[in-house]
Amino acid sequence: MNKKFLVSCLIGLGASALVAQESELESLKKALQEQQKIIQSLLQKVETLEKQQAGVTNEQAQLKRLMETPSTNLPLVAMAPPSGRPWSPSDPIRIGKGSAYADIGMVATFAAGGSSARDIEGGMQPGGHDPNQRGFTVQGVELNLQGAVDPYFRGNANILFSIDSDGESFVEVEEAWLETMSLPGNFQIRGGQILTDFGRINTQHPHAWAFVDSPLVNARFLGPDGLRNPGARLAWLAPTPFFTELSLGVQDSHGETATSFRSSGHSHGGEEEEEGLPFGYRHPDNDRGVSDIDDLLFTPRLATSFDLTDAQTVVLGASAALGPNASGGRGDTSTQIYGVDAYWKWKPVNHHAGFPFVSWQTEAMLRRYGLGAFDWDEDGDGAASNGEVVNAATGLPANLKRETVTDWGFYSQVLYGFHKGWVAGLRGDFVTGERGAYEKLPLTLGGAPLGRDPLRAERWRISPNLTWHPTEFSKLRLQYNYDDRRGIGIDHSIWLQFEFLLGAHGAHKF
Amino acid sequence: MKRFFLTLGLLALALPAQAALNVVATLPDFGSIAEHIGGDKVKVTSIARGTEDPHFVDARPSFIRLLNQADVLIEGGAELEIGWLPPLVNSARNSKILGDAPGHVILSRGLPLLEVPAGLVDRSMGDVHPLGNPHYWLDPVNARPMAARLAEAFSQLDAKNASYYADNLSKFNATLDKKLPEWTKQLEPFKGTKVVTYHKSFDYLLMRFGFELTGTLEPKPGIEPSPTHISALIPRMKAEGVKLILIEGFRPRRTPERVAKETGAKVVVLPESTGGAPQAKDYFSLFDYNVSQLAAGLRR
Repeated sequence: MNKKFLVSCLIGLGASALVAQESELESLKKALQEQQKIIQSLLQKVETLEKQQAGVTNEQAQLKRLMETPSTNLPLVAMAPPSGRPWSPSDPIRIGKGSAYADIGMVATFAAGGSSARDIEGGMQPGGHDPNQRGFTVQGVELNLQGAVDPYFRGNANILFSIDSDGESFVEVEEAWLETMSLPGNFQIRGGQILTDFGRINTQHPHAWAFVDSPLVNARFLGPDGLRNPGARLAWLAPTPFFTELSLGVQDSHGETATSFRSSGHSHGGEEEEEGLPFGYRHPDNDRGVSDIDDLLFTPRLATSFDLTDAQTVVLGASAALGPNASGGRGDTSTQIYGVDAYWKWKPVNHHAGFPFVSWQTEAMLRRYGLGAFDWDEDGDGAASNGEVVNAATGLPANLKRETVTDWGFYSQVLYGFHKGWVAGLRGDFVTGERGAYEKLPLTLGGAPLGRDPLRAERWRISPNLTWHPTEFSKLRLQYNYDDRRGIGIDHSIWLQFEFLLGAHGAHKF
Repeated sequence: MKRFFLTLGLLALALPAQAALNVVATLPDFGSIAEHIGGDKVKVTSIARGTEDPHFVDARPSFIRLLNQADVLIEGGAELEIGWLPPLVNSARNSKILGDAPGHVILSRGLPLLEVPAGLVDRSMGDVHPLGNPHYWLDPVNARPMAARLAEAFSQLDAKNASYYADNLSKFNATLDKKLPEWTKQLEPFKGTKVVTYHKSFDYLLMRFGFELTGTLEPKPGIEPSPTHISALIPRMKAEGVKLILIEGFRPRRTPERVAKETGAKVVVLPESTGGAPQAKDYFSLFDYNVSQLAAGLRR
């Protein structure tokens, strides 16, 4: 078919050159008609050649033998003239879904609304793609490309374009990986820039979420943009009668999307924005690169699934993320995050376009974070200087001891698809941390007492929402958040999310 | 590359020498035809239930395991299963059912599909299938090339039983040749009857038995009935004398029943797939049942 396209292009170009010289409208038309004839005859030649060629190949021969109908009805590939009419230069060039070498799709997600909180971006809404200001937010315009690379690999890339609350456009390579199609031994390897296989939400792109924003526990422990980094994942499908998959991911542990690990401390739209104190009230030290295997992030996961009945399915998972963090030197401090997740869905066997359904999803996580010792006397003058955290008991810059702090949290969400296209949802979020030794010290900054670390303080949130999908390609969602942050207070937010999808769209995982 | 896959497939086959072919079909109709052709030499599992909307099956992880162990995957193609099959196949790690492997059977290939869009399509027209209407198994005449295709695939993968599959294919065709005139005769009196359906699911069945499809309750494929569309449809149905509204078992009943009440037409509920009604046990009884339901519905 490429031949066809090339031939038409060349002739199209030739035609336009001719046209430029002729000034009369009539001769123009004539020339075009002639070119059309040539195109047609050439296309016919190409088609007969292709048919002859096709007749030689094995499956075509089989097909011919098999089918009583002629094999010319085989689906045509991309850019084929839709009705058997030859392609003409005025036709748009389009990449067909499922029939071209790569499927191209785009999802654009926006939000509008407001919150009683002032610190929306990174505070009230800790997720990197959450609504980030009163008024309108571009949550993300995500370009997806996927397809078979060759007989051995499949490729996928998700490039996200967005605009932050300052109006600055930015681009993120969310994912770009290749994956093996059929390794022996039921193994599968994925390599490149990948979302870490931890729990359920982390591997889903935001448009697949059932709520406007990221769960608090995910944003706090796995990062505003989710845990994702360059690396590889090896996954093994166990030969059990039910679905069981065991996987191990190995990724870089540094970079701004490695929150809880060797993240530099700055993260787009995240809780770790420059304003306010860094996590654990100590500056991260993250410039050392990778010198040994323990500088990498390891993420094992076990997932299993059962069909309880014809209408009910359960998926259970356990994940861990183990790696060094930026609080101390090499081999000094590390973080362990453990997670469990459960998903249950009921959908009757006589559903209409997937409705009605009820689903319940929960993820719970526990994080142990090793904080390194840190001396706030950064200028070395032995006295409290501007911008330094001071221990009020001594009046000197704080000297924080090393310790391991423990945080935990969960979210739980129920969805009820009550009518085709309509889904009502309710989500509860909770995150907290055990008070660390550093939080018990009488620390002050610029004279103000510090107390509880806001990046670890207790917080809970209740979010009811209602989603309408006019089709699978558009979505309108209204969500209310009741938010209670320890030390800050209660806030109310209301967001209207709208989304559209163009081009190919890969089916979602269960 | 083909040789590589073929060799792989043959190698994999050579190992469990006595085992029956493990066949996974996306729809129970394909599964039923596979059972007729494969007999006791194949073990057939169907993914979708006959009662459910075949476009919206959940990609349950248990199907990944099923596809992982399959020797043959039979899919409808023409984007019928595009919403759920690809992620299952991608996770199945099974070269026997990938690409152009002999165990990967796409039944729509080579079939003359109805309603292949004549011009450019886009989604403002609803969920139009660019490769044509994929509900083609509801034309029993299509069963002949489908069955032949399966017999060929099974013989290629299990050469020593090739004659067995060929015998079963002849039997299948003989049954089809016996049944088809019976069905046609039963529906003969109703030829030319005008019909409205919910979705464009029964076009092949209606075309085969000479019914005339005058409209759908959906204004566009996959778009739910709207008041504007229904209020325009009702006078049209009255003017054209539409006597029958045909819906699948999984469709909501309120709109069809309201339209039937206002137009004097009758609602007939038919399974779209094998297993969609208790009487539709296999591919042939699906048509036995559907034909008798249609005849009974129109006689009254």
